[in-house]
Amino acid sequence: MKIEILGTGCTKCKNLYDNAKKALEESGKSGELLKIEDIPSIMKYGVMSTPALVIDGEVKCAGKLATVAEIIGMLP
Amino acid sequence: MLKGFADYLVFTLVGLVPGSRSGEALDFFIYDTLKIFLLLTTIIFVVAIIRSSFPPERTKQILSHKKEYVGNLLAALLGIVTPFCSCSAVPLFIGFVESGVPLGVTFSFLISSPMVNEVALIMLWGLFGWKIALIYIGTGLLVAIIAGIIIGRLKMEKYVQDYVWAMQVGSSEIKVMSLREKMNYAREYTIGLLKKIWPYVVVGVGIGAFIHGYVPEDFLAKWAGRDNPFAVPIAVALGVPLYSNAAGVIPIVQALTAKGMAMGTVLAFMMAVTALSLPEAVILSNVLKKPLLATFFGIVATAIIIVGYLFNAIL
Repeated sequence: MKIEILGTGCTKCKNLYDNAKKALEESGKSGELLKIEDIPSIMKYGVMSTPALVIDGEVKCAGKLATVAEIIGMLP
Repeated sequence: MLKGFADYLVFTLVGLVPGSRSGEALDFFIYDTLKIFLLLTTIIFVVAIIRSSFPPERTKQILSHKKEYVGNLLAALLGIVTPFCSCSAVPLFIGFVESGVPLGVTFSFLISSPMVNEVALIMLWGLFGWKIALIYIGTGLLVAIIAGIIIGRLKMEKYVQDYVWAMQVGSSEIKVMSLREKMNYAREYTIGLLKKIWPYVVVGVGIGAFIHGYVPEDFLAKWAGRDNPFAVPIAVALGVPLYSNAAGVIPIVQALTAKGMAMGTVLAFMMAVTALSLPEAVILSNVLKKPLLATFFGIVATAIIIVGYLFNAIL
C-alpha cells in the first residue's frame, strides 16, 4: 500500500502526515508513506485544496485534516 | 442578557464601581468577549455546513468558460462560500486556469475569498453592527468584481508562469458528503478555526477595552479623522502586514473608531488586512510573474483606497 500526503508544506499538511503515520502504526498495516510537495505532482491528482490524502493512487480526502480514526477507516 | 451578566460579574461580584475606568474596561472586555465567541461559534458552524456543499472542484466547474461580468459576479459570490486557505492558493489557481476559468474571473475569486470571510464579518457585525457588516460585504464584492474585470481586460495571460499552461491536471471526482459528514466537517472546522483565532480575539478585545477605558476621546480625530487625506493610504499600508489577524485587529479598530478614527478609514484598513497579504503574494509568485502580481496588488490597493475616501465622504 502506498500513502501519499499532498501539500505545499503548511502546518495542516504536516499534521496530516503525522496522523497518517499514527494510523499506519495503530492499524498494524504496512505501507509506504510519502510526502508530495511539488506542484506538478499534486496537480496530477486534480486536487485543488490541500492537504490531500491519496491511497494507492486514489484521492481519499482533500482540503481537510483527516483524523487518525478516519484514516484507519480509509486504509484498504 | 449578556450585558446584564457582564455587569453583574464586574460590578456585583468583583465589586468595581460602575463608571470607573477599570470597571468600564473590564465590563467591556467581558461583554465583548462573550458576545464574539457566541457569534463565532454559531456562525462559523453554519458557514462550514454551507461550505461543505461548495468544494473548490465544483466552483471551478461553475466558473469554467464564464463570460466577463457574469463570471466576475459569480466568482466573487462563490468566493464567500468556497473554503479557501492561502496555503492552497497555488493548486486552486492552476485548477481554475487549466479548466478554462478566465484570468479576470479567477482574480475576482482570489480577491473576494479571503476578503469577504466569515470571521471578519462576524467581528464587524458583533462590534460595529449589521449595517457596517453589510457595507463591508457589498463593497468587498464590488472591489473583487471590478478588480477582476480590469485584470481581465488588461490581457495579462502571458504573465502567468509558463509552466502553469503546460501543466497536466488530473480530474478527481467530487465526493458528495452525507449530512452526517457535513456536520462532522462543520464541527471540526469550527473547533479548528476557534483554536486558531481565540488568542487573537482575547488580546484584541483586551487592547480594545484598554483603549476604551483609558485613551482620551477624540485622541485620534486629528490623525485618523476624515479631514486627514493621508489617513486612508496609511491605514491600507499598515493593514498589509497584519494579514489573517482580522480577529485581533477588528476589536482594536472598533475602539479607535470611538476615539475619532473615521469609518471609511476603518473599512479600508479592514479590507487591506484581509485582502492584501505579503505571505499570499509570496505564495502567488509561484504562479504569477512580477508584472501581474504587482498589477493585482496595485489595483486592489487602489480600489480599497477609493472605498476609504468614498465612505469617509458619505458616512
